[in-house]
Amino acid sequence: MNKKRLVLIGNGMAGVKTVEEILKISKERFEIAIIGEEPYPNYNRILLSKVLQGDTTVEDITLNDWSWYAQNDIQLFTSEKAIHIETVEKNVITNNGTTIPYDELIIATGSKPFILPIPGNDKEGVTTFRDIRDTVEMVNASKKYHRAAVIGGGLLGLEAARGLLNLGMDVTVVHLGNNLMDRQLDATAASLLKADLEGQGMRFLLEKNTTAITGGKRVERLKFSDGEEIDCDLVVMAAGIKPNIELAQQAGLTTNRGIIVNDYLQTSIPHIYAVGECAEHNGIAYGLVAPLFEQSKVLAQAICELDVTPYQGSIVSTQLKVSGVEVFSAGEFIEGGEKKALRIFDEQDALYKKLVFNGKKIVGAVLFGDSREGTRLFSMIKKQADISDTVKVSLLQPIGGEAEESVVATMDAEEIICGCNGVSKGSIVQAIHEQGCISVDGIKACTSASRSCGGCKSMISELLEITLGESFKPEFQKETLCGCTSLSRDEVIEEIRNKKLMHTREVMNVLGWTTLEGCSKCRPSLNYYLGMIHPVEYEDENESRFVNERLHANIQKDGSFGVVPRMYGGVTNSDQLRKIADVADKYKAKLLKVTGGQRIDIFGIEKEDLPKVWEELDMPSGYAYGKTLRTVKTCVGETFCRFGTQDSMSLGIALEKRLERIGSPHKFKMAVSACPRNCAESGIKDFGVVGVEGGFEMYVGGNGGTHLRSADLLGKVKTAEEVIEYASAYFQYYRETGIYLERTSKWVERMGLENIKVVMEDPKQRQELNERLNIAATVLEDPWKKIIGSEKLKNELFEKVTVEQ
Amino acid sequence: MKKIAERVKVVKVEEVAKGFGKTIRIGELEIALFRLNNDHFHAIENRCPHRGGVLVEGIVSGQHVFCPMHDWKIDITTGKVQEPDRGCVRTFEVEVIGEDVYILFL
Ligand SMILES: Cc1cc2nc3c(=O)[nH]c(=O)nc-3n(C[C@H](O)[C@H](O)[C@H](O)COP(=O)(O)OP(=O)(O)OC[C@H]3O[C@@H](n4cnc5c(N)ncnc54)[C@H](O)[C@@H]3O)c2cc1C
Ligand code: SF4
Ligand code: FES
Repeated sequence: MNKKRLVLIGNGMAGVKTVEEILKISKERFEIAIIGEEPYPNYNRILLSKVLQGDTTVEDITLNDWSWYAQNDIQLFTSEKAIHIETVEKNVITNNGTTIPYDELIIATGSKPFILPIPGNDKEGVTTFRDIRDTVEMVNASKKYHRAAVIGGGLLGLEAARGLLNLGMDVTVVHLGNNLMDRQLDATAASLLKADLEGQGMRFLLEKNTTAITGGKRVERLKFSDGEEIDCDLVVMAAGIKPNIELAQQAGLTTNRGIIVNDYLQTSIPHIYAVGECAEHNGIAYGLVAPLFEQSKVLAQAICELDVTPYQGSIVSTQLKVSGVEVFSAGEFIEGGEKKALRIFDEQDALYKKLVFNGKKIVGAVLFGDSREGTRLFSMIKKQADISDTVKVSLLQPIGGEAEESVVATMDAEEIICGCNGVSKGSIVQAIHEQGCISVDGIKACTSASRSCGGCKSMISELLEITLGESFKPEFQKETLCGCTSLSRDEVIEEIRNKKLMHTREVMNVLGWTTLEGCSKCRPSLNYYLGMIHPVEYEDENESRFVNERLHANIQKDGSFGVVPRMYGGVTNSDQLRKIADVADKYKAKLLKVTGGQRIDIFGIEKEDLPKVWEELDMPSGYAYGKTLRTVKTCVGETFCRFGTQDSMSLGIALEKRLERIGSPHKFKMAVSACPRNCAESGIKDFGVVGVEGGFEMYVGGNGGTHLRSADLLGKVKTAEEVIEYASAYFQYYRETGIYLERTSKWVERMGLENIKVVMEDPKQRQELNERLNIAATVLEDPWKKIIGSEKLKNELFEKVTVEQ
Repeated sequence: MKKIAERVKVVKVEEVAKGFGKTIRIGELEIALFRLNNDHFHAIENRCPHRGGVLVEGIVSGQHVFCPMHDWKIDITTGKVQEPDRGCVRTFEVEVIGEDVYILFL
């Protein structure tokens, strides 16, 4: 049989999803060609916000990479635009002059950003926020310019504004209405949101009508109808989108706002379909992904001539992707007439929940401050579920209260549970049955559900419960160590202790891991826990360590390594500096850099040279790669400084010598300053010491990295010896109770500072912790020395083989 | 015309530790040669299809390697990227004769 030719215009989310659905039904039916104007394979447009906000990268948001097209024999035309459809001859013509014949044609050209028709809108520095190119343009602009104005206070505008703030720009959001996100929020939620975002540093100009963009070649100023002006050198237009229907109009398809389609996504001309944002169904052109997934399913079935439930339109929900702000909105969220609202508003904690009912049916909701119930409510809204009075009240309870009946149970298999990745209830149930998933993490690994925003976790967990029935184990739902086991970290540790397990493989065997040799998550953590529990007997497993810890150097982007020798307390001498200089010359280091931890990083060393470099340096490893003590930063202190009250350098060196090399759940940074001027920044360290008249203050749980947190005061002691005793006890306590990869900033919050203080202030516990730490310290030798001394290790780990041809 | 497979001797068995990989350079090509815990040798191209991570430095579990860059999971025996990610890497036939390990080019 000759295959029919299927052509898709628009290599975006809706179109490619439809192709995926078709391939699921049959790989044999069509010969497929895709035309896409963008130079990329299909990517997750939603995540551009996160790219701009710096949480992910352009490379990481690809949905279907190049090989996917090849594997499915799809002919792909990228950077090519369809400019003409010959509906009689059934051909698509592109701007390159390519003629592509079709039997069936899908149009999925998405939307175009709405550009305000005002003077100056074509100036340099005026951009929209729709695709990778726009995103890159904004990122680049932020490197040179500082004042950004975002026109439009909707979802897209606010996400763009947050991104620009993260990029270090000064951001003003200009909005025509007086409520932000007026398509999704009521006045109360909008004003809470505004206050929150102002707290994050965003500025707002509400009820402002932009009339002109002025400047030279590049934008310099925005003008408003009330005569006011603001200066800016970047303008982002996020004032709405309009379906991209140019091509369809010109081909003679019936259009309104979008391309008109029926319940089977057929357009007015046979063999031509439209799907996604460019399509208008029942008067609505949607601007979110969830409806697209529903449409894609129906279209795929229709085009494969299967029996299909007609598309009936979608109810939509939105969640704002700005970290630190939780906003959710769904359905008909404005009350009035028949529609009555139920609301709670906790002004103190800025929590707001509103449910809108029509009789006993729930038809809409707005949540601010805590949006965890969003997915559940959304599902009730989609079902137009009847709500009894008792349930009604419980809906407003904080999370944790039992909901009466399960919404997930009543969902159809096709209904989408994870909106971001378009995973249906059916696929999750299938993963439970066929791939043996028993936890949310398992489902995530198998289906991608909950991988993007995580809002659907509670529903997945419920679905597990329903599907597994008898065999559902609530304890499996807790955070498991990894996808290979149903046990939590605490349970695994208890079993290791009770059963005296001594080897990672033994743990996996005895505790019934579902994989033979574990994964990249459990292997390193088990290796850590085993070493922590049996410090003397356990033999560290190099093969379970991440590359840096295995090779004792930091791998760089280009595959070369960075080498950081220890300089206790950040103190060095001319002899060490000379050796570093010699090594750097001899092994052609690409960069010498003084690190934030007061030592020197030698960059650009080839893997094969590492052992030689270490040998010639003849200094201990600085463990700049390790989950262990990194550095003890010190100020110069009383030795030289006129303010110094204590000998900070000596104390720092003593602390470093005491704790170095001993493994911990995550890296551990310290500092000692000799007076409250705090030159060593002790307030943002895992353990920081500040010398004061007559003693030392000890601060814990600080972090100067991604999750900036200032340290809490643990207590005050009189002598340097006591500081060492407390620091050691504290470090050991973290070793014993921390979750692998949990920094102390998180650990302190999880454990509670007061609880930690109780342990630290008990002399007996402090002593016991110190003793256990002593044992751990006895067995460690310098890893560089060890490798230098072993031909076998050098050969196995560092040598590359080059074969002459 | 039939092309004869070329067999290139690369290392001795004992030079690769169990559960580890070794980098093999042949001209322009960089290959990751793995010795699994079941003592089988397998070879794949030393570049992750995601963003070019060096696979030889990944953690090896069973017949899979986890890319050290962003943790993609790749089947060493088939070159297939595991769900939910997608893609594949080139694989090479490996033969062990006595103490010598050979890579075959077809
Ligand atoms: C920054 C941002 C954040 C978002 N956040 C969310 C969110 O949190 N939740 C949510 O549900 N939705 C969100 N959206 C909306 C969501 O991305 C869109 O609804 C979805 O991508 C629409 O899919 P589509 O396939 O219809 O259009 P698109 O994904 O835009 O695909 C259309 C493609 O067709 C191409 N094309 C157009 N014309 C032609 C032609 N003539 N020839 C060839 N190719 C052509 C375009 O270049 C484009 O690649 C967001 C959008 C943006 C921009
Ligand atoms: S912290 Fe105080 S003692 Fe130390 S260098 Fe600064 S001013 Fe001097
Ligand atoms: S490069 Fe391998 S996972 Fe990203």
